[in-house]
This record gives sequence, structure tokens and C-alpha cells, in this order.
Amino acid sequence: MTTRQYDAIVIGGGHNGLVCAAYLARAGRRVLVLERREQVGGAALSAEVFPGFTFSVFSYAVSLLRPEIIRDLELPRHGLHILPLESTVTPLADGDYLAQWSDHDQNRRELARHSRRDAEAYDEFGRLLHLMARAVKPLLAMLPPDPTSLRPRDLMGLARLGKHLRGLEAEQFHALHKLLTMSSADYLDEWFETEALKATKAASGIIGTLLGPRSPGTAYVLLHHYMGELDGVFRAWGLAKGGNGSVSAAIAAAARTLGAEIRTSAPVARVIVQGRRAVGVALESGDEMRAKVVVSGADPGRTFLELLGAEHLPEDFVAAIRRFRFRGASGKVNLALGELPRFTALPEAGPHLRGAISISPSVDYLERAYDAAKYGEFSPRPYMDIVIPSLLDPAMAPPGKHVMSIFAQYAPYGLNGGWTDGRREAFGDAVIDTLSEYAPNLKGAILHRQVITPADIERMVGLTEGNIFQGELTLQQMFFLRPVPEWARYATPVPGLYQCGAGTHPGGGVMGASGRLAARAILRHGA
Amino acid sequence: MLRTTPFHARTVGLCASHAWRRWAGYVVASSYELSHEHEYHAIRSAAALLDVSPLFKYSVRGRDAARLLDRVVPRYVGRMEIGQVLYTPWCDAAGKVLDDGTIVRLDSNVFRMTSADPGLRWLEANAVGLDVAIEDASESIAALALQGPTSRSILREVCDADLGHLKYFRLTAARLNGVPVTISRTGYTGDLGYEIWLDPGDALNVWDTLIQAGTPYGITPAGMLALDLARIEAGLMLIDVDYVSARKALIPDQTSTPFELDLGWTVDLEKANFVGKRALAEAAKRGPAWRFVGVEVDWGSLDQLYADVGLAAQLPATTWRASVPLRVNGNQVGYATSGGWSPLLKKYIALAHVEARHAAPDTNLEMEVTVEHRPVHARARVVKKPFFDPERKRA
Repeated sequence: MTTRQYDAIVIGGGHNGLVCAAYLARAGRRVLVLERREQVGGAALSAEVFPGFTFSVFSYAVSLLRPEIIRDLELPRHGLHILPLESTVTPLADGDYLAQWSDHDQNRRELARHSRRDAEAYDEFGRLLHLMARAVKPLLAMLPPDPTSLRPRDLMGLARLGKHLRGLEAEQFHALHKLLTMSSADYLDEWFETEALKATKAASGIIGTLLGPRSPGTAYVLLHHYMGELDGVFRAWGLAKGGNGSVSAAIAAAARTLGAEIRTSAPVARVIVQGRRAVGVALESGDEMRAKVVVSGADPGRTFLELLGAEHLPEDFVAAIRRFRFRGASGKVNLALGELPRFTALPEAGPHLRGAISISPSVDYLERAYDAAKYGEFSPRPYMDIVIPSLLDPAMAPPGKHVMSIFAQYAPYGLNGGWTDGRREAFGDAVIDTLSEYAPNLKGAILHRQVITPADIERMVGLTEGNIFQGELTLQQMFFLRPVPEWARYATPVPGLYQCGAGTHPGGGVMGASGRLAARAILRHGA
Repeated sequence: MLRTTPFHARTVGLCASHAWRRWAGYVVASSYELSHEHEYHAIRSAAALLDVSPLFKYSVRGRDAARLLDRVVPRYVGRMEIGQVLYTPWCDAAGKVLDDGTIVRLDSNVFRMTSADPGLRWLEANAVGLDVAIEDASESIAALALQGPTSRSILREVCDADLGHLKYFRLTAARLNGVPVTISRTGYTGDLGYEIWLDPGDALNVWDTLIQAGTPYGITPAGMLALDLARIEAGLMLIDVDYVSARKALIPDQTSTPFELDLGWTVDLEKANFVGKRALAEAAKRGPAWRFVGVEVDWGSLDQLYADVGLAAQLPATTWRASVPLRVNGNQVGYATSGGWSPLLKKYIALAHVEARHAAPDTNLEMEVTVEHRPVHARARVVKKPFFDPERKRA
């Protein structure tokens, strides 16, 4: 048995763990990151799944990565290169399509083809969401204050928050209230009449969540989508060159440069508690490591119920963690293609293939997809968000061949009868069959396919119930409620143990914000 | 993709400069020749032919058409005569300007509106409960501006309209080489000039007819650079350049009332309720905090600033669009938003927003100029707009 002394041990080399480690190292702390797999990245992972074909296996786009992290850690110098996604095309069953382009004139012209009113409303909607995102964004960079606490720090945080909200124009305050309470479908009905436009926008309110576009509260998640567009980093919405694993690799390189030690193939078995305090970790190999603080990048379920153990925690806290909702709702299909898909609506290989392709023809379509999941089945016709990274980054596939990433929803973790190999492939078939209705040459173009269900995500990456956000991003478990009321500031009931994953405020989406804020909280506590 | 206008088949061959500009999703020529100078002088000394098809156009008809427009704009539409054209801004409920354009009364219950930004949604939102049909006619009407001292003579050669009696800001139906058009005595140059509204299918016929008949009168296809200079001389503001629409403003400070844009004369507080009336009545009582004025840069001062570094004075070759600080005794009191050298007036002029107390004509200002990479301050003064206002415009 060996024992080493670190200032901090970070469990899990996902992007948040790496961000946290980098910031701690930057502050001069001696940091060790322990990653179970042979590669860092967690769910932000690139892998050559089939010879010559590299995939962003799980998360596949970058939109919310915090600009201050990019700057502080000098990520471009460490290899981060984001290739912009410039359009979203929604093919329709009647052979038409709806496109949203980044060029204002082109976008307006296209929307006007469907509805002149929507073309005009689009700009006003965008402006209002821009203002709302500006209003809400400071919350993302803030250690969430606890509204029930009387501690001076919380009171000051609340005062700042209150002042901020009072500073909103009446129009914005009303809009914020609506966004917090309405369903995305209802909210979008107030603005638009084109079904495909409403559905494609509504889709961003349901991603990763076992809710439908008509479920109340989903409107707020729309706003999350706009946050990425606000920041100083021009064109932050896109694909990472080399896949999302290169985001993790860049952060890992930054962390190493700053002095952090990163060990892969080093699975942690448990957190060591001595005298009610976390003092280190025990590896599955039997090695033990000691540190002043232990930081878990794993989700709250795994952290508290498996790595720590309920016996070290107050009962009400354990109950709250058990109530924390994961409910993975989505899967991935990764395809190696011999040729590009030809969409009936846009059969030529045009610029639309370089952007996102959304299978979201109507709100009804999305809600029906959700209906199946409500009762424990995967959607026979799922919502899909598709990108073809090899068109932006040819190194992802052999010359002339392509990789296609299909995010597909709903694939509920709690499938009736459970996920088996057979059910997984049946889900894959549903995805391919549905997409083939819009791109008939697809089946013939497929060289290999990889289907990933929430059960696979749980097994491979360790995300409980395969939830891609380490817990649903719904209002009842956000901000000062994430993951547990009174414990939303990265500390835990066990002194010396902290959390830094997306299961904490502000949540998932390859933001890195949880990792950064956790590091701040740890440094503030004097680790 | 960017659209081309119905005249593109002709303009593309003439565009020797290959300099195009976007306008409302269309491409139009910045200048046809390598320099815009000849095109500018055509506006002031002969006739310039400008493709203004990208303007947004709305047809408003029905029993309540005048009521709708009177609800939307601050000028009194109900009192317009048939054949009258009216320039007006329009505002949101807070009295902040959304857009500006013209309204034409084609018949007692038939109007046409032009705007710089899309306006269908705003018109429809205000039409609730009214007996009115609104149609977006932006693509079904092509438009040319024929501007300059010889424009009337050219039109006389090719159409049957009684141009001698067509007054400033009036409109008439006519046949031009057999093609039905409407001709309004309007424009964006502050000169004698006309705008011709026609079916896109007749575009090339009308273009060719005008060029042929106009050649002896010096007709010259002109692009946006020439037009921009002419409109500054005429003191005419441009959306997104000289003011921010309240629809696009991200902070309240970016918005303006008509009073702050020198358009107080368009606000008819006597007429029945219209969007923004209450706010505008209060704004009128308060008086504007800002004024939109003309500024003339002192030549001697500019010359000296360049002489100080051993250079002859340099002037902008084309108009500029930027925010240029204006100061009084070193304190900023405003900003110019567009400007340029007027070849006709031989003056360096600009359109500017200044605090009301510094807006009186002949107020001395300093305008920031970059001379050899360094910001320096040239003397300037507030002058009356328009900078250029020839009698022929109205005669």
C-alpha cells in the first residue's frame, strides 16, 4: 500500500473534473486526477470506433463552453479549435424543408417562404431571448446563494440577485416569468405559426430530459440554448476539431501544463472517511491516496451512494439524493458512411449538410415521440439532431467517406423489460428507418453503425441512468436546488468532500462551469 | 441566397466596378463605374437612374385602411388627398421610433406604404378588429428612382403623365412606353426627382426606355455610394446608420423619439389615438434631450491639423458610417453618425446627434478626426439641415 499527499484529488477525468483540476493547479495546489478509463474525457470523448472513422462518441457539439475557461486555461493554445455549425435544416415529410441560416438575409428569405410573419417575428424573438439570456447569464457565473439561509454571504448573494432582477425592464421580467412557467410549445405558439420552426426550436427545450415540448417548464431550457450565443467568444456554437474528446484533451493539456497530475486506468473504489472527514480515496487496485480535499466529478448518485456511502451522510440528504431525477432520455447512433446522405428535400451535397439536421417536423411529432417514452417505450419515430463532422473536419473519416452523429430521443432509461442487445438494435433500426424516410439512400450508405442507449451510457461512462446532464436540467433541480437544497455550492455534508460535475449548478452541456465554480468554492474554503 | 432585383439583367452588365452592396437581402450596385463621382454629379446636374426595388412595400386596403395607418403613424393619414405621398416615422408604445417610410393614398380606401425594415407583423398586430387587408407587395412591385434636374424632361419623353402639374410629394398613374406605372415625385436625394413603381415583368422594358430617352439628357445609372452622399446633403437620416430602431435596440439609450431625430413636425398630437401618443405627448412637454443636426467641419482647422504633421488635408473619398465623437471644450456632447465631403458644396458635412443645449445653429463643436493614426479635434459647428435644398426640388 502506498500513500501520497496531495492538496486535492479529483475523481473522474471528465471535462468538469479536468477544469476543476486545472483551476486548482493554477492556484498553486498539488492536484491529482484519477480517471477510471484509459482515456480522459468522460462523456466528452473521441474514439476511432471503426478503423478510420473517429466519432464524438457521446456529446457531439460545443455551444456552452464558458468563454472565461477558454481564456483562463488558454485552450486554443492547447489544441481547442471549434468549427462553426452555421445552419439547421429540418426536412419535412412532404419533400419540403425549413432551414435556419446564420446569414440574416438568407434566413429571413427562407422563413418568409413558410410565413412572412414568422420571418419578422424571428428577429424579435431572438432579440428578446438575447435580452433574457443576458439577464439570466450572470447567474451561471455565480455561486448560487441559498434563499433560506441567513448567512451573510448568502444574503449578499441574494441581494445581488434581487438587484439584478429588479433591474430588468418590465417586458423582460414578464418574459422571464413566462419562460419559467410555460411549456416550450405554448411559449413558441405565442410567437410563430410554422410548425417545423416551432418544433425545431422546442426541441432544444427537451434535449436530454424525459419531458415533452408540451410539458411546463421546458420553455426555460430554450433560454439555455441562447446563452452560448451571447458570449465574447465569436461563434462558439460548433464542433470541436477532432471531436469532443479534443475539448477534454485541451483541458487536460492545460491542467498538466499548470502542474496537475492525471492518471488514467485508475478507477476509484471509494472515498476514505476518517473522523467524519474525507481524507483521500482508495483505488480498485488497493492503492490509497491522501489529500486535503477530495473532489468528485461523478454524478450525485454515484458520488454519494456508491463512492462515499450513505452511512456517512445525514438521512434527509440521502433521501434528497435518491429523489434527484436522472431518467436518461436519449441515445446516440454513430454511423460510418460510404457516401453522403441525399435528403429528398435537398438532394444535392450543399452547405446544409455542414450544419445541423433536425428531425422535428412538428410539435405533434415531438410530443408523440414523448408519448412512447412516458409509458416506457422508445419512440418509434424519434426526434433527432444530426451532424456530419467529417464535412467540417475531414480527418474524422477516410477520404470521401463520412461520419454521422445522430442524437436520438426518446430512448428512456427505464425501458419496459430493460435494455438488451436486441432492444438496442431495434432502437437503432427505428432511428435509421425514420431518417431513411427523409434520406432514402441512407441505408445503402451505411458501412458501420454504433447504437448507444442510456444503459450503455451508464455502463460506459458511469452516468447514472445515462442522463447526459448528470441529472435532469429541469427547474426543480437547478440553481440553489442542484443537486440538493442547501448543498448547491459544491461542498457536501462531509467536510473535505466536494462535487464538481454537471450534477451541480449550473449543469450540463460541456460548459465547464461546474468545474470552475467548484474550484472557486474549494479555494475560498482555503484548501 | 441573396436576391437580385428585376433590373439585375441590366445592372449586372453595367457594373464595371464589381462593387455590390447588400440591401434588404438583395444585391444592388455600390457604384457602376470605378468611382461613384460621375454618378453623384449626375444626381445634381443631369439625371441618375437608381434601382430601389429592395424597399419594403405594403398594400393596405379596405374600409378601415386609413384608420389602421392613423393608428400606426403619428402623422394624420385620414386627411391625405388621393394621390398624396406622406413621409413619416412610426413608433412603439413608448414613443420610440421603429422605422420610417412613406405612405401613398392611391384611392380613398387604398394605400401603399414603404418601409426600410419588414413591417407586416407590426401592421397586422395593429389591425386587430379592423376591416382591412394588408398585403406584402415588396416583391410584386419593382421601383426605380430617376433623380436630378433633367429627370422631368426625360419622363416627359416617355410617358403620358401631366408632369407639369405633379407637385412635390404627389403621385400619378401613367403609361410609360405603353406600360402601366405609377410615378411619384419623391426621392432620397433632396433634388428634383421621381420614383417609378411598376410590375417586375415590365422592369427591363422600363429601364431600357428610360436609358434610351434619357441619354441625350445625361441619364446615368447610379449606385448606393452616390445616393448616400446625396441623402446626407439632403439631411435625410438612414435607419441602422443614423438611428437604431426600437425593435433592434438592446438598451433603452439606443432608442430615439421623433423629436430627438428632428421629426417633431411629423407628430400630430391633435389627432385621435395612435401608437405611442401618450408617451410622445409627455416627450413633447419635456422637450428632447437630444437633437439630430447638421455639422460642418471647419476647413481651415482640418487643414491645420494635417499641416501640423506635414500633410495636405485629406478628405473621405466616400461617405462614412461610424460613431464619431463631438466635443465642446473637451467634453463629449454628441456623436456624428454619417458624413462625407460634399463635392457640390465643397464642404465636409456630417449628420449628428448632440445634446439639446448644444444644438443651436452655429454652436461651436470639435469633431474627432484621425490624422496620421492619432485622434485630434477639428473645429466644427452646427448648421441647419438640409445642407443642400435646391428650389427645383419643389418647383
